[in-house]
Amino acid sequence: MQSGDFRVTYASDERIFETRLPIVALVGLLAALAFVPLVAGTYWLDVLNRIGIAIIGAIGLNILVGFTGQISIGHAAFLAVGAYSTAIFETKAGLPFWLAIPLAAAVTSVFGLVFGVPALRLKGLYLAIATLAAHFITTYGIIHWERMTNGVLGFNVAPATVFGLPLDSDARIFYLIFALVVPAVFFAKNLFRTRVGRAFIAVRDRDVAASVIGVSLYRYKLLAFVISSFYAGVAGGLMAHHSRIVFPDAFSLLVAIDYLAMIIIGGMGSILGSIYGAAFMTLLPEVLKLSATSLTGVYPNAFGLIASARDIVFGLAIIFFLMYEPQGLARIWMRFRSYWKLWPYAY
Amino acid sequence: MALLALENLHLSFGGVAALAGVSLEINAGDFFAIIGPNGAGKTSIFNCISGIYAPARGRIVFDGRDITRLKPHQRAELRIARTFQNIALFRGMSVLDNVKIGRHVHLRSGVLACGLYYGRAAREEQAHRAIVEREIIDLLELQDIRHKIVGTLPYGQQKRVELARALALDPVLLLLDEPTAGMNAEETEDMVRFILYVARVKRLTVVMIEHDMGVVMDISDRVAVLDFGKKIAEGAPAQVQQDANVIKAYLGEDVEVA
Ligand SMILES: Nc1ncnc2c1ncn2[C@@H]1O[C@H](COP(=O)(O)OP(=O)(O)O)[C@@H](O)[C@H]1O
Ligand SMILES: [Mg+2]
Repeated sequence: MQSGDFRVTYASDERIFETRLPIVALVGLLAALAFVPLVAGTYWLDVLNRIGIAIIGAIGLNILVGFTGQISIGHAAFLAVGAYSTAIFETKAGLPFWLAIPLAAAVTSVFGLVFGVPALRLKGLYLAIATLAAHFITTYGIIHWERMTNGVLGFNVAPATVFGLPLDSDARIFYLIFALVVPAVFFAKNLFRTRVGRAFIAVRDRDVAASVIGVSLYRYKLLAFVISSFYAGVAGGLMAHHSRIVFPDAFSLLVAIDYLAMIIIGGMGSILGSIYGAAFMTLLPEVLKLSATSLTGVYPNAFGLIASARDIVFGLAIIFFLMYEPQGLARIWMRFRSYWKLWPYAY
Repeated sequence: MALLALENLHLSFGGVAALAGVSLEINAGDFFAIIGPNGAGKTSIFNCISGIYAPARGRIVFDGRDITRLKPHQRAELRIARTFQNIALFRGMSVLDNVKIGRHVHLRSGVLACGLYYGRAAREEQAHRAIVEREIIDLLELQDIRHKIVGTLPYGQQKRVELARALALDPVLLLLDEPTAGMNAEETEDMVRFILYVARVKRLTVVMIEHDMGVVMDISDRVAVLDFGKKIAEGAPAQVQQDANVIKAYLGEDVEVA
């Protein structure tokens, strides 16, 4: 028919992956993931676990902010609701983790639904302020509803157990975290090749045109909050089981800003970007810490210096990406890849 | 009975009356044109029909049903589609995705089915993709640019993509707001050809706002002329062209009526 488009059926065009190679690579990656805990030391396992949790949280935030265009500074509050609900369901109601985490995610969704209501009337900065209010209301509630939340002290969470096996080491919890990361990534990937995902993007790009073509703005804005906070709920539940302690300061406003930084640096409106951003934001402080450690021999003050460098580097990274690469690391990776695809003929 | 009836619509913006009691009846199968000088209230009529503006007074009846209070997406479900005078595409999406989202009201899968991409969601996506390709992309000759991001396309092509998106809704009533504005002669000719073709093949009822008098005279069955929010004439193109009020309204404007 036409030149330059060699796919034969539309179905093949609808696939997530364009060629077979990435599928092989993907299966390889999944298999490799299964072996990671056998080879990695606890330090790197801990880092990987935190990346995994951040991936789920960042995808959730990206669905809301990057894909649907609803600015939220309330993500830490949603993570908190997920973590606290998990802790409460387990320690107070005695539920096993495999019931507590999904239930906590459901609770967080309802929470997201409620705090999404202002989005029906507010946009941009005004919505950001409304979600900020949601953050402070939540924090206030957590600190003052002591009977339920133990106030500023928070909870210790017992390790999750699978068939009597406690997930009490970094290696064991790794499997739980990544058993949820993988479906979280695929669910989101699928969402954005179907009607629901297209409706989200349409609301972001042109809300009036979206409604005229049949997308209910109410429905999809609220849905974005619900899905986003469901992801946050799962991430929060995993945080509770990873650090095994839940307390208010773990969900400060800085956490919400870290998550925003992840999706800005990784790539707004990109699932892979959420992954890159989560990895970047988790790794950067580690790299700084490691370099500080290696420098202390030469320069004893390095540690303190680099600790304060963290915020500066983050700030600069965010400004850089906002100004020069609004589509984030995902975009840089794409350019890099298409360059090597054509190699050695690239010029 | 008329497919679409506007009854005495009033709409104002802070004291400026955009519509001051407009009534129109459009029959099924008509190709109806609305003309009038800039600021006459033409686009406001479309915005009332598609539910973006709520008229202060008056009623809109579509297919025997009062739709005055329906939300925009509910009117889309009744298969009223439109294009915008100032292109309102989803700029970050490809041409194909823009057209696909035009089929939103025909797809049923929910969040879970979509996220899991199993069973109906997958079948539905593929079936509708085939419809979009066969009936819209090919028809409007968009094959070569279907994977391009809309924001990067030249103006004329964007206008065509917007028509494609509206057609993907499979509309009963199609509202076109200045579909050839800003186009060169060749693009205008293509656009008119597409519009006429789909109107006939799909038996659409079309309401078109148009500045180009030649186009209006060539293709419309009936014409209404608007000036300062009021209908000043209505009838067959040749008849309207002779109307004294119309000639007067257009005298100040640089539009050739003769
Ligand atoms: N959103 C709006 N806010 C304020 N005034 C508006 C708005 N939309 C239309 N108007 C005013 O209503 C009148 C009719 O506008 P419009 O329907 O766009 O005219 P046309 O499409 O015939 O050029 C104009 O005076 C215009 O300035
Ligand atoms: Mg107009």
